[in-house]
Parts: sequence; structure tokens; C-alpha cells
Amino acid sequence: MVDGVEYKQEERLQQQNKLASFETAVLPHLDAAYNLARWLTRNDADAEDVVQEAYLRAFRFFGGFHGEDGRAWLLGIVRNTTYTWMQHNRSPQLNMQLDDELHEVKSNDLNPEALLLQKADAKMLRQAVEELPLEFREVLVLRELDEMSYKQIAAVADLPLGTVMSRLARARKRLQQILVSHTQTEVLS
Amino acid sequence: MSCQTTQELIHAYVDGELDLARSLEVEQHMEQCEVCAIAYRNQIALRSALKDSSLYHSAPAGLQKRIRSSLRREAKSEVGRRLFGWRWLPVGALALVLLMALVVWRAVPGLRPSGDELLAQEIVSNHVRSLQLEGHRTDVISSDQHTVKPWFDGKLDFAPPVKDFSSQGFPLLGGRLEYLNNRAVAALIYQRQKHFINLYIWPAEPGNATGEVATKRQGYNLLSWTNSGMNFWAVSDLNAIELQEFARLVQQAQ
Repeated sequence: MVDGVEYKQEERLQQQNKLASFETAVLPHLDAAYNLARWLTRNDADAEDVVQEAYLRAFRFFGGFHGEDGRAWLLGIVRNTTYTWMQHNRSPQLNMQLDDELHEVKSNDLNPEALLLQKADAKMLRQAVEELPLEFREVLVLRELDEMSYKQIAAVADLPLGTVMSRLARARKRLQQILVSHTQTEVLS
Repeated sequence: MSCQTTQELIHAYVDGELDLARSLEVEQHMEQCEVCAIAYRNQIALRSALKDSSLYHSAPAGLQKRIRSSLRREAKSEVGRRLFGWRWLPVGALALVLLMALVVWRAVPGLRPSGDELLAQEIVSNHVRSLQLEGHRTDVISSDQHTVKPWFDGKLDFAPPVKDFSSQGFPLLGGRLEYLNNRAVAALIYQRQKHFINLYIWPAEPGNATGEVATKRQGYNLLSWTNSGMNFWAVSDLNAIELQEFARLVQQAQ
């Protein structure tokens, strides 16, 4: 079957081209993918698994990618993969409520002096971010570490623009609360 | 601008997501309001703390290599999947359609040819074949019924009635063995002027006697009946009336 062989070669060639353009467009965002997965899963090995899986998914869906924002496109897939992965592998911490009333700190407590950011070292800060509820953590990471615009975050997290803004505001407020309580605990101990 | 609005917009302002007019309003408010200015400085401090604390998790060494090789495997298996999917899709679809057609055909009685219809088809085919092959028309050539009848002896598990109707214009030409309806049958060949008549005879199943049935297939007239425990099928390109006449002769001879 000569035409079958040619067909197969042509198909192989197409696949090679797809792989090449995929690697050019998507592979450079590996650090961003890992960073998001690592912050969402809070575990090195889990993050690696999720990222590998996300890359495979991205490759399968690559036909639907038309060269827009490769990083946002990939991070959207990483996020979805993480959520699916967590549903299968984790306790229902995902469904944790966004309880703003919890440990509510009056805003006038939050002056720069009280925040004691000089004392908040990297370790404490990392811990505080990890303590954030998942929904807060992801918008904060995308904004502060990936420096994404609200529009990009909206695309990655599949949220309306207004929700991105309000969720980010609440995430920062919560982070400050956590930091304040941690620094106070440290001062007291 | 109120403190509440400013506090709401301060995040967008810090993130550079506020339009110019709103940004100016926020700035004007903060010049006059120490609380909001502190809130702003808080955000700036938090932001730079987050940035300076090397919170960014870079991908571990080796992950890129692992992803590359898993992608290569995926690409290969996609070729296999697509080749299978595309090349065999029409074949698979056709097979499925045929299968479904068969199921419907077997399940719906109206669509399924009855045993008699299949048999009529078989008989017409046999008749045509016997005329196409000169040598196949008869195994025993004789107009003598006393030659033809014994010829079947030992070749069949029954003795077919053999009669010559030369005097009525239907001379017997001979006989041959055929295999029809999943059994060996006797075939007698008669002639009417230029037309040939094949008369197929085999034992009828007990209690399965049927009246005379006339049909027409592919331009051939068929006539079937049961008589004296035998099935008779006469087929010819002869017109239906003369074939009926022939059948009458056979029936009366029993």
C-alpha cells in the first residue's frame, strides 16, 4: 500500500511540525506552569505530576490554540488540571468557604508599623501565602509572581474581570491578617 | 472621592489597572487622607515583600526533559490513533451500516424474503443456468419416460413421477440431478415449441401441502404446487397460460 505509506509519512511530518511549534510556543512557560501548580498543590512531587499532565493535555488541545497569549493559555490548562487532580487525590479542602468574617481584623489595625514587614521574612511570607484559601492564592500568585494583568488572570482562572479585582483585594487583606497574626505570635513567643 | 471608594479602588490603582481619570482621583484623595495613604503604602510594601522573597518556584531540573519525552510519545501515539481513525473510519462505518441493515432485514418480517421467495429465486437461477450450458441441460437425454425414471434410481432418495406429454405438445427432453432447497432434487426438462420448461420435484414435508402458486420473476413464469407428497416447481419463459396448461397435465398424470 504505497499511498498508505505516504499517508503515514505525511501524518508523521504533520505531527513533527505540531510538536515543534508546540515546544516553541508553550515550553518556554514551564516555570510559570510549575510555579502555579506548586503554589496550588503546595507540594513538589504533586506539582511535577500536574505539570506533566497539563502539558500532555495542552498538546492535545493545541489545535485550539491560535497563537494568542501562550502563557495564559497554558496556565488555564494547568489550573484546570490541578483542580481535577485535587478532586481525585485530596480531601474536600477545595470546597473551603471564602469566609471573610473569619479572623476579621479591623482595617485601622493595618498600618505599616503594625504590619512589621521588615520582620516578615521570606519563610513567614511563603507560609502566609500557603495558608491562603485556594481561590485567593491563585489570583495572588498570578498577579504578584507572574505579574499578570486582570484580563489575563480572568482568562486563566475563568472569572469575570470584576471578580478578579475584588478577589485580589480580599486575598491581600487576608494575607495581611495572616502576617499580622504571625508576627504578633512571634513577638509574643 | 470617599475613603470607601478609594479603598476599593486602591488595589486596581496599585496594579495599574485603573484608568487615568480614576487614578488621578485616587491620588488626590490620598494627598488629603492619611488613612488611605497608609493603606496604599501597605499594599506597596506587601507587594515588594512578595517580590523580594523569591517566592517564585522555578521548575526543577529535569522536568523539561521529562515533558519533552512524554510529548514525543504522545505525538507518536497520536499518529497511530489518527491513522487508525481516519484510514479505517469509512470501512468501519460501512461495516456498521451493513450490520445494521442485516439486523433490520432479519428483524422485520416484511423485508425478509420468505422461504418460498428465496426458493423461487434459486429456481430461476437454476433454470437460467441450465439453459446457458448446453451440456448441463440434461444428464439423461431421452423422451422416453421409462428411460428417464429409472435413471434417477439410486441417485435420489425418492422416485420422482416422470411422464412424457409429447402428444399434448410438451415433449420430455430428459432429466438431471439438481441441488435445491438444501437437498438433491429431480429436474425434468420439457419443451413447448421453442421454450424449455424445467420441472423440479422433491418430497414435500408431511402436512405442508400448498395450493398452486403462480409467480413471475425476471420475466420467467413460475408455478408451484404440492401433489401426492411431492413439491413441484415449474419454471419457463413460456406464457403463464400455457405453463398452467402444462401443470394441469402433470397434476392429472399423478
